[in-house]
Amino acid sequence: MPERIRSLLVAPLLLALSALDAGADSRLLATGGGTQFEGQAGGGIVPWAIISGYAEESEWGGAVALTRSRVDDFELDIAAVSVGVHNRYELGYARQKLGVEPLGLSIEQDVFGAKLRLAGDLLYGDLPQLSAGLQYKRNRDFAVPASLQADSRDGVDYYLAASRLWLGGLFGRNVLTSLALRSTEANQTGLLGFGAADGSDRKWVAEGSVGVFLDRHWVVGVEYRQKPDLLDTVDEDDWADVFIGWFPNKRVGLVAAFVDLGPIAGLPSQRGWYLSVQINR
Amino acid sequence: METTCTRASGGEAGITEIVDAFLVELSEDQDVLPLFAHTDIERFREKLIELLCDTAGGPCTYSGDSMRDTHRGMQISRAQFNSVVEDLIRAMEREQVPVGAQNELLRRLAAMYEDIVYL
Repeated sequence: MPERIRSLLVAPLLLALSALDAGADSRLLATGGGTQFEGQAGGGIVPWAIISGYAEESEWGGAVALTRSRVDDFELDIAAVSVGVHNRYELGYARQKLGVEPLGLSIEQDVFGAKLRLAGDLLYGDLPQLSAGLQYKRNRDFAVPASLQADSRDGVDYYLAASRLWLGGLFGRNVLTSLALRSTEANQTGLLGFGAADGSDRKWVAEGSVGVFLDRHWVVGVEYRQKPDLLDTVDEDDWADVFIGWFPNKRVGLVAAFVDLGPIAGLPSQRGWYLSVQINR
Repeated sequence: METTCTRASGGEAGITEIVDAFLVELSEDQDVLPLFAHTDIERFREKLIELLCDTAGGPCTYSGDSMRDTHRGMQISRAQFNSVVEDLIRAMEREQVPVGAQNELLRRLAAMYEDIVYL
């Protein structure tokens, strides 16, 4: 389906969700986070332990998001939807489309995500919120990954994440810290396929976010994401971003970032911007 | 002498204004209002002013029952707890309490979570 048509289909869904009643939003503002680029509640490039939307126990919620990132030689468009149930379970789906401008082609990928809150809480009690997550990814355009000697067109990432909002944590400002440990065999998060023809195994990588809330509505922060670098044919480097998030109310969230993705598919130093708009139920 | 947090919240007079604004928010909060059906609001106001002032660092001393005793048997849900936190945030915003003082007070009150919810 052409990108433009799919965006046209998502737009009414965004509007429909925003028009639904606001009954199921008993968590505090911004505690639903943004929708990270794999479609899960988080920052821009890192999933957090929080459950998508603002639903508490016995409620449900969720988010739909449209995201675009543009770096030197690539453009990434993402449409994502996630559902959070009882502040315990999260299910999500993202369709990613990577435009490779020098080659005039694109690579699409489906990401099916699930997350389970295991223990703790973002705000209250002694334990930070701990969640286990997984992402099943299926690359729909395997020609380029195959030519780079990726082994497989699909793969599973699984991770453990811990998130905490420290009230008055820094100079009286609330501070969010989040850390995830991920087992992955994805090359460039799966956009360049999974594994390597030489049989390289999956690796554990770390990823984290730190954000400072200037007030209830605005947060600025940084993120870092390690990458496995399995392919011999092209280098893969860690990702990083500097982000600003805006949560005017519980219906809308906006995340903008400057991203540094390192070399991708042999093209050096990919830097640029990232913008994600989400509507919450 | 007033401590930093109380002073940053507007002193004892400021705390009284926060509580009064909070009671207005509470009176419009359908999620938690039923919990106060049998509450003596005048006494609640007086004890809450003491509690907030005490929690902010004094000089007042809270003279009411412990948080655990006060909320025992009420089965207050997480959603209701969050709703009260939001009422308090709106009250502090209305009284123009600086963000840092708001967060410090919320941090100290959040520590009471386990003595309030699901008892």
